[in-house]
Amino acid sequence: MTALSPAALSLRGVSASYGGAAVLRDIDTDIPSGALSAVVGPNGAGKSTLIKAALGLVPSSRGTVRFLGQPLARVRHRVAYVPQQDAVAKDFPITAVQVVEMGRYPHRGWFRRLRAADDEAVADAMADAGVSDLARMPLDELSGGQRQRVFLARALAQHADVLILDEPFTAVDTRTEAALLGILRGLCDGGKSVIAVHHDLRTVSERFDHATLLAGTVLASGPAREVLTSAHLERAYGIPLAASRAET
Amino acid sequence: MSADAMMIIVIAGLLSTGCAILGSFLLLRRQALLPDAVSHAVLPGIVLIFLLTGQRASLVTLLGATAFGLLCVLGFDWLRRTGIVASDAALALMFPALFSLGVLGISRFASGAHIDIDSAIYGDITFAPLRTVALAGVAVPRSLLITGGAALVIVLFVVLLWRPLHTSTFDPEFAETSGLRGQVASRALLVAVAGLAVVAFDSVGAILVVTFFIVPAATARLLTHTLGAMLVVAVTVGWLASWLGQRLAVGFDSSIPGTIGLVSVALLGLALLASRVMRRSRKPATPVS
Repeated sequence: MTALSPAALSLRGVSASYGGAAVLRDIDTDIPSGALSAVVGPNGAGKSTLIKAALGLVPSSRGTVRFLGQPLARVRHRVAYVPQQDAVAKDFPITAVQVVEMGRYPHRGWFRRLRAADDEAVADAMADAGVSDLARMPLDELSGGQRQRVFLARALAQHADVLILDEPFTAVDTRTEAALLGILRGLCDGGKSVIAVHHDLRTVSERFDHATLLAGTVLASGPAREVLTSAHLERAYGIPLAASRAET
Repeated sequence: MSADAMMIIVIAGLLSTGCAILGSFLLLRRQALLPDAVSHAVLPGIVLIFLLTGQRASLVTLLGATAFGLLCVLGFDWLRRTGIVASDAALALMFPALFSLGVLGISRFASGAHIDIDSAIYGDITFAPLRTVALAGVAVPRSLLITGGAALVIVLFVVLLWRPLHTSTFDPEFAETSGLRGQVASRALLVAVAGLAVVAFDSVGAILVVTFFIVPAATARLLTHTLGAMLVVAVTVGWLASWLGQRLAVGFDSSIPGTIGLVSVALLGLALLASRVMRRSRKPATPVS
């Protein structure tokens, strides 16, 4: 992370609403590149909406969004996204390796066949995510943690520079969470940027470099330890819930 | 087997091919009731064409019906995307609104004429071999051309749009962010469903169309683990139900579409049993540490 490199994600004047109700108002923030960054905040704070708006998934959103200093349309193949598990069709007939192969589609479009280099990227990604032995397994027979690893493998196979994950640690046990965080940390050490929506405040300051605290708008943004202070959390979560949650 | 019996099996099989393929996508997208909704939503189109031309069972009628079928599916898609109501509610809003519009149109402007969906665009597969058109001097059943053409178009459609259709059905947000333009593929799917439903209603009747869209797909889902395999099995189930249903209907002197429908459901029941046995005999997934 240097002062010269453009932010992994930069938002200026971003607003978004669902069904007429404003969820985000005037978001101005930069999430640095080369860092493991968390987007945190209470339920309904607009965490998922923030990243979806950045990715162009919220039709009502307005404002300027830049990934690595460029509009998304120019750097689409450099940005990988892992949606929340709820957003994925649960009973879809698909094997783990087929999910990971989708990570190569941004490079191949609608028609071009996957080549040997793509197969290699898929195999490497599955090995890195620890799911090589699950390749032929139907997705609906995997545990929550195994599924999350498969989706992370799809993002790895994309060879993107920015990875965006929406609640990647729900429905996974603490051991898997630690393993996934280890993989994400490794990516950042290699110069990639990772942005994760996260709800567990306990792990943010120790595991993440950067945090953006949301409650409809950005309450604080910066190094994780400086953002997750009692004063900020009180503003985000309200009293008395804030004090107890912040200290657990 | 008589030539007419064979023709009925082939027409039903061809129809089930298009329906089972599109129906598999609808089932996985939780939009299984879409063809049924289209079957009601076409009424104002039929009434409108009657008011404009005085015709009630012509090619123009089919075009009017198709226009309102498209209005139904695209209106549903738009409502769903606004996020104002959930997906199932969006469908439940669209088709009763259109159907009511058709009923109002009949009672206000055409109460003297006998118009209903059955007489205007709903055919019956039993008589399909008898409605022929001359093709290079040969009398060919109209339904054979329609269902054969539809099956060919649907197969081409899915082969060409495989990647965006597959991806956006599984993970719509990923399909969008990865530049696959999943929304374009999703809309194309809806248009294909509306088009196929209307021409199929005209050829073989509503019950069989709604059955073929969903039951073979649901049967195939129980037996397969990839979408490609699901489509192949769904089409096979459709042809099997067509053949068995026609044979049994002749044997028991019963309704052909009704018997094909019941056979389809019976095959679904068998698949359910088979999938239970398959699951029990397979080892559980090995946990990853």
